Amino acid sequence: MSTDWNARLEQLAEGLFAGLEASEQLALSLSAEDSQFIRFNNARIRQTGRVADGRLELRLIDGRRHCASHLTLSGVIAKDRELAADELIRLRNEVRQLPEDPYAVAPVGGQRSDSRHSGHSLPVDTAASRLIAPMQGADVTGLYQGGRIWRGHANSAGSRHAFVTDTHAVDYSVIDEEERMVKGCFAGSRWDDAAWAADVADARRQLALLDRPRKNIPPGRYRCYIAPAGVSDLLGMFSWHGLSEADMQTGESAFLRMREEGVRLSPKFSLAEDFGSGLAPRFNGVGEVAPERLELIREGQLVNTLVSSRSAREFGVASNFADDGEYLRAPVMATGDLAEADILRVLDTGVYLSNLHYLNWSDTSGGRITGMTRYACFWVEKGDIVGPIDNMRFDDSVYHIFGDRLEAVTREARVNPEVGTYHQRSLGATVCPGVLLSGFELTL
Amino acid sequence: MDLNRLLSGIDIAADWVGLRHVDERATVRWVRDGHPQDNERNRSCGLMVEVLAEGQFAYAATADLSPASVQQAAEQALRLARDAAPHAVHAFTESARPPARGRYRSSFIKGEEALSAGDLNDLLIRASEALKVSKDVVSSTAFALIVQSDQRFVSSNGSDVEQRFFIVSSDYSAVAQRGSLVQKRTDCGMRGKTWQIGMEVFDEPAILDRCRRIGEQAVELLSAEECPTGSLDLILAPDQMMLQIHESVGHPLEIDRILGDERNYAGSSFVRVQDFGQLRYGSERMNITFDPTVEHELASYAFDDGGLEARREYLIRDGILLRGLGGRESQIRSGVPGVANFRACDWNRAPIDRMANINLEPGDSSLQDLIGQVERGVYMESNRSWSIDDYRNKFQFGCEYARLIENGRLTRTLRNPNYRGISRDFWNSLKDVGNRASFEVYGTPNCGKGEPNQVIRVGHASPPCLFEKVEVFGGEH
Repeated sequence: MSTDWNARLEQLAEGLFAGLEASEQLALSLSAEDSQFIRFNNARIRQTGRVADGRLELRLIDGRRHCASHLTLSGVIAKDRELAADELIRLRNEVRQLPEDPYAVAPVGGQRSDSRHSGHSLPVDTAASRLIAPMQGADVTGLYQGGRIWRGHANSAGSRHAFVTDTHAVDYSVIDEEERMVKGCFAGSRWDDAAWAADVADARRQLALLDRPRKNIPPGRYRCYIAPAGVSDLLGMFSWHGLSEADMQTGESAFLRMREEGVRLSPKFSLAEDFGSGLAPRFNGVGEVAPERLELIREGQLVNTLVSSRSAREFGVASNFADDGEYLRAPVMATGDLAEADILRVLDTGVYLSNLHYLNWSDTSGGRITGMTRYACFWVEKGDIVGPIDNMRFDDSVYHIFGDRLEAVTREARVNPEVGTYHQRSLGATVCPGVLLSGFELTL
Repeated sequence: MDLNRLLSGIDIAADWVGLRHVDERATVRWVRDGHPQDNERNRSCGLMVEVLAEGQFAYAATADLSPASVQQAAEQALRLARDAAPHAVHAFTESARPPARGRYRSSFIKGEEALSAGDLNDLLIRASEALKVSKDVVSSTAFALIVQSDQRFVSSNGSDVEQRFFIVSSDYSAVAQRGSLVQKRTDCGMRGKTWQIGMEVFDEPAILDRCRRIGEQAVELLSAEECPTGSLDLILAPDQMMLQIHESVGHPLEIDRILGDERNYAGSSFVRVQDFGQLRYGSERMNITFDPTVEHELASYAFDDGGLEARREYLIRDGILLRGLGGRESQIRSGVPGVANFRACDWNRAPIDRMANINLEPGDSSLQDLIGQVERGVYMESNRSWSIDDYRNKFQFGCEYARLIENGRLTRTLRNPNYRGISRDFWNSLKDVGNRASFEVYGTPNCGKGEPNQVIRVGHASPPCLFEKVEVFGGEH
C-alpha cells in the first residue's frame, strides 16, 4: 500500500513507448489513491476501510483512428508491465477495425509539470477514535476521507506531468432531535485535532441557532440570500450542459441564449477557471496544460467557453485545453461588495439559504434549474432571523439567479472543496461568494 | 486465481473473514454526428478483504492478489476494526454474513464476440445518420455499453458464491433546434434500455426504425405546444414510471436511510421504522415487489454481496407498506423485514443497502382503457429531469415527450412536460394500473448513493399508470 505511482507510470511508459509502431502514438494517464474512509452515523462508526487503487488509461492514436482502455494496476511492476503490454496489443488490434475520426487529437509533446503537496492525514490505525472524540454528545453523521492522491500523464510525444497531494476531508452533518441540520466540511492537508474539535464545536453552536419555532412559508417568489455552499452547487450546473463548447454547438447548453441571442447575465456576475490555488492539476488527458486563468463570463457577458482540442478541430475554434467533457476544473466566481455582516440587514425580509440539494435542469434551453433547499435555511424579517423554514423546492432560471435578479454579491469568497468519491476521490474546489437575489422562485 | 486458497492462507485473529473479488470489463462505443467519439474499455479488477472483530466489520481493498498482499490487507482491516469497535454503531456477529453457496449467470443469446468493434461502430454510425431525419436535427448520438462482470465471494464461514453478469445498454438521441428553441428525444430516457441481455439487442432494422421515430419526435416537439399548467390527470408511460418508482418508492424504503446512515449525503426518508406493516403508502392499486428473478432485468441476481439469498418479496401490497429495502445488517439493526440488497458497486467499495429490481405489478387495464378514463389530462414519456428532497417527499420530474388527453383520446403533442408532487399524496392518487400486456422492463446503470460514493445498476418494470389531479406545467419558452 505504499506504491509511488508516478514513478510506476514512468516505468510503464518506458516499455510501452519503446514498443510503439511508427504510425502510433500513445498517451498514458494515471489516477491513483491510497485512501482511508470512515463512515459515521450518530457519532458512531458505521463502516471503516482502506482502499489502494491505481488506474492507468492507455489512449492509442493511429492516424485518425483512436481507442482507449482503463486498467486497474496491481502495484507489482512485473505484473503491471505484462498487463499494460497485453492491453496495448488488444488496443492495436481494435484500432485498426475502427472508422476514422476526422477530429482525432494526438498527444502533445514538450509539456512538463510537477506539482507535489505533502501533508498528513489522521494516522490510519487510530483514525476512528481520534475522529469520533469531539463528536460526543451530538448526533454527527458523515464521512472522513484521507490519504494520498496521484495524477500523472506521460505520452509518446514527450510530455510528462505529475501531481501528488495529501489531503483529508470530513464532510459531515450535525443534527438535532427535531432533525434540523447544519453542514460542516473540514478539509485540508495537515490534520489538526484541535482544529477539528473547534470545527465540530462551531457547527454545534450553529445548530443551536436553529432551535427556534419553524416558520412555514407558502410557495412564491422571495427575496433570498444564498450562501457560498449553495452558490457552489449552482455553479456545478455550469459543468453539465453548461459552458462546454461541444454542448453549445450541439444545442445542449443551457447558456445557448447568451451566444445565439446575445443575452447577458448581471454585470455583477463574473466566472473564471483559475488554477492558481494548485488544488487541481492543469494538465488533461492528452498532456495539454490549461492556462492558469481563463475568463468565461465577464461582468455578465459570455467571453469564453471550455474548448477541448477535439472541439477546436470539429468546430473551428481555438482550444483552451479543456479536458474531455469540457467541465470546470477550477471555478472561481468574482466577489462583490456586500459585507457578510450586512447580509441580513440588506436582505431585510426573505429567505436565507445555507445549502441547496439535488439540482437538475428542469428546462435546459430555458436555463431553468430545480432543486431543494437543505440544512440551515431561515426566514428573515426586517434583518432578524425569525426561524428555520422547511425544506422547499425551487425552480428558477440562471438568467434570473445570475442575471436580472442578482442584487448583490458578497465581498468574501469561500473555498468549497470537492468531496465527491464516485470511482475515486475528487480533487479541486469551487471558490465563490454568496449572492443576494431580489427574487427566487420557491415552488413546493 | 484460487480465492479459497487465498482465504485459507490468511492468518489473523478475526471472528470472520470474507473475500470479494470483482473482475469487470465495460466497453463503451459512442458515435456523435456520424463520427466515433469513444471506443473505450474499462477493466476494474481487485479484491475486498473484509474482517469482523470485536463486533465491527472493516475492509481493505487491494488489486495486488498475491498471498502476502492479501495477508497484509487482512491485518490492516483487523487493525481498523479494532480501532473502530469501541465506537461501533452496532456490535455485529457472524450472523450478518450468512453462509451461502451457489452461482448465477445472466441469460443471453449472443456474446460480445458476436459483433466486432468495427461492425458495431458501423451500426452506430448508421443509427446516428438515421436519427437525422431533417436539417432541424442538429446533433445525433448512438451509444452502446457492454459489460461482463465476474464476481466471487468466499468467507470463513463457508460462503462460496460465483455470479457472472452480462449487460448491454444502448441509447439513441436526436437534438432538434430552431434558434434557441431546442428539444431532445432519446430512446426511453435515462439509458433505460439497459438489461442483462446479449448482443442480440443490436438488431439493425429495428434500431434504424426506432432512430427515425426518435428523430421525427424531436422535430415534432419544436412545433408542439407547451405543456399546460394546472391540476390535471396524468398518465405516465412505463419508461417514466421507472424514475417515479426509483425516486419516490425505492429510495425511501432503503432501511439504511431510515436508520440515518445517509443523512449527510443522499438523505433520510419520510418512512419510519414503525411504519412497516401499517403505513398506507399508496392507493389499493399499488403493488410493489423486490424481484431479483426477472429474466433480463438489470439487477437480477442470486445472492447479495453479504451472501443473502435473493428472493421475490412484496414491499407494498394493496397500498400498504410491508417490507423495507435492507440487507442483513440493516435487518439486524432495525428489526424490520428486508430483502437481499446489500450491494457494492465494485471491489473498492463496501456493500450498502441498494435498490435492485423494484417493480410495480400490473393491473387489469390496457393503455387505451387508462386514456379512456381521462376527460382532460396529459400522457408523458421518457424522463429528462429529476429532483427530490432528502426525505423523498417533494419531487419534480420532467419528461421528453407528452400528448394532451381530451375526452378519452390522445390529441396534440406537448413539449417540456413537467410535474411535481409529494410522494405519498401522489401514490395515493394512483387511480388505475396497466395490465400485463403493457408491462415493460427497464433499468438504469446510474444510481448514485453512499459515502464513499457508489453508482450502481438498478432495474424497474411497470405498466403505464393513471394518477388523478397532479400539478403539471411546461417550460420557460
